[in-house]
Amino acid sequence: MSADKAINITLKVWRQKNADAKGALETYKLDGVSTSSSFLEMMDQLNEQLINEGGSPVQFDHDCREGICGSCNMYINGQPHGPASLNTTCQLHMRSFKDGDTIYVEPWRAKAFPVIKDLVVDRSAFDRIQQAGGFVSVNTSGNTQDANAIPIEKDNADMAFDAATCIGCGACVAACKNASASLFVAAKVSQYALLPQGQVEAKDRVLNMVKQAQKEGFGPCSNTGACEVECPKGISLENIARMNREYLAASLSK
Amino acid sequence: MSEAKGLIKSHTVKKYWMGATGLFLCLFLVGHLAGNLQLFLDGYEGRLQFNEYAVFMTTNPAVKILSYVTYFSILFHAVDGLVITINNRKARPEGYAYSKPSANSLWSSRNMGILGTVIFVYILVHMQNFWYEYKFGETPYMMSEDGQSPMLLDGSSVNGGMIENGEVVKAGESLGPAMRDLYAIVIESFQEPILVAFYVLGMIAIAFHLIHGFQSGFQSLGLKNRKYGPMIDKLGYAFAIVVPLLFAVIPVYLFLVK
Ligand code: HEM
Ligand code: SF4
Ligand code: FES
Repeated sequence: MSADKAINITLKVWRQKNADAKGALETYKLDGVSTSSSFLEMMDQLNEQLINEGGSPVQFDHDCREGICGSCNMYINGQPHGPASLNTTCQLHMRSFKDGDTIYVEPWRAKAFPVIKDLVVDRSAFDRIQQAGGFVSVNTSGNTQDANAIPIEKDNADMAFDAATCIGCGACVAACKNASASLFVAAKVSQYALLPQGQVEAKDRVLNMVKQAQKEGFGPCSNTGACEVECPKGISLENIARMNREYLAASLSK
Repeated sequence: MSEAKGLIKSHTVKKYWMGATGLFLCLFLVGHLAGNLQLFLDGYEGRLQFNEYAVFMTTNPAVKILSYVTYFSILFHAVDGLVITINNRKARPEGYAYSKPSANSLWSSRNMGILGTVIFVYILVHMQNFWYEYKFGETPYMMSEDGQSPMLLDGSSVNGGMIENGEVVKAGESLGPAMRDLYAIVIESFQEPILVAFYVLGMIAIAFHLIHGFQSGFQSLGLKNRKYGPMIDKLGYAFAIVVPLLFAVIPVYLFLVK
């Protein structure tokens, strides 16, 4: 049996009625939190307490609760997805905290990710970046070629796959001092740039996606590397170098 | 046309310029350091060699072109850096109540603008100290070893010559500009402990700037990858420590020994 304990914590949670309201940190005491519960389960417990007290529950995004949907964004104690590494908030457990701890919970902060309510931000900017070029066009004429018919070098296949594990959570943006989306865009550019199927649209893809990211209000990249450290999927900075290479080549020829 | 406009305005392109000018300035540092290390040479020979080097640096046409590229790089790098820093801030109008950036990044990587500003002030003071003094100040003149004759730019001494308005004059006839004694100004300047401390501080700023900047320049230009990336990181670290350290040792040595 693991040492399942109950801890008492103090939470400082960002509360904001709507996009236009001025928000503030509210302090809540929460007792008897099992160290085996996930951070989201702890938030559920807080919300139950708030509802029982007649207050309004804290709004937060979540869906899969197993680290694949990328929606559970919370800036916890000064880091995206909290203190553990290679994890999302739903994969963070309360055993990462001690009895008596004060825990700050804030939404992602970026001009391009406006707060909708409490901890929920609008991440549709990522969708628009994807729509600007994060795809491969195919004719669905009924005789589509089998993708596996094209040989792909193992290293490239692996790197493309690694890039494709990006779940679009936005932790990279949240961690970056410039709220830059470089790691996200680089992952989306790389997953195609490394594959033969991605070559046809490669130039337009990198030009349009990078342009869209800037248009959305994400900042420039200072190469601090904070994104790579905080990314739940360990997306590598080498993708950003690849994106910069691709962008340079594309803008010189297109 | 609209594409070209997008190119100038692109964050990515601004970072290409940042990386290219920054790495060019790293090359410049190596050249500058090689010149400065001549200050360790002793005696009259050392003084003469350093002053001849100063003549070379101010008269050689290739060096002239290179020096304009350097001035341009510094100014462009500073202005581009300012614009980038403003854009960096704009992307997060509302900050976090509690943030722990030290958990995921180096201090120097987050403070390149501040470090750059310190370096910029350092460069201005440095230019005033030596470049301005050498060109327009009351610089002493280099004399032959016996201290009797003035010298021409090519290092030849003129027996019985006089210096008038910066020219070597003999028998009422000007033979050309007189060699100045930059070595003497350097030695004299670094008898001032505050200036020595200021130079050391400037070099510390450069060291921190380059601990992040060297590899960052390669990353911005897309020149890092799995194979060479780790090597560039190590080289950058070594460069960021060794080059500013050697620069900083010079004023300290001159203060203590001369
Ligand atoms: C000897 C002088 C200098 C050298 C060798 C140097 C070198 C570098 C290098 C290699 C980079 C990395 C470029 C990149 O990330 O792509 C850099 C970045 C930077 N430099 Fe300098 N630099 C110098 C002076 C300055 C000065 C005078 C300023 C400002 C007044 C400045 C401001 C900056 C800023 C703000 C950045 C980072 C921009 C960002 O990514 O957010 N630097 N520098
Ligand atoms: S790169 Fe990593 S941190 Fe950024 S959106 Fe993708 S998974 Fe999240
Ligand atoms: S809820 Fe899906 S990743 Fe956390």
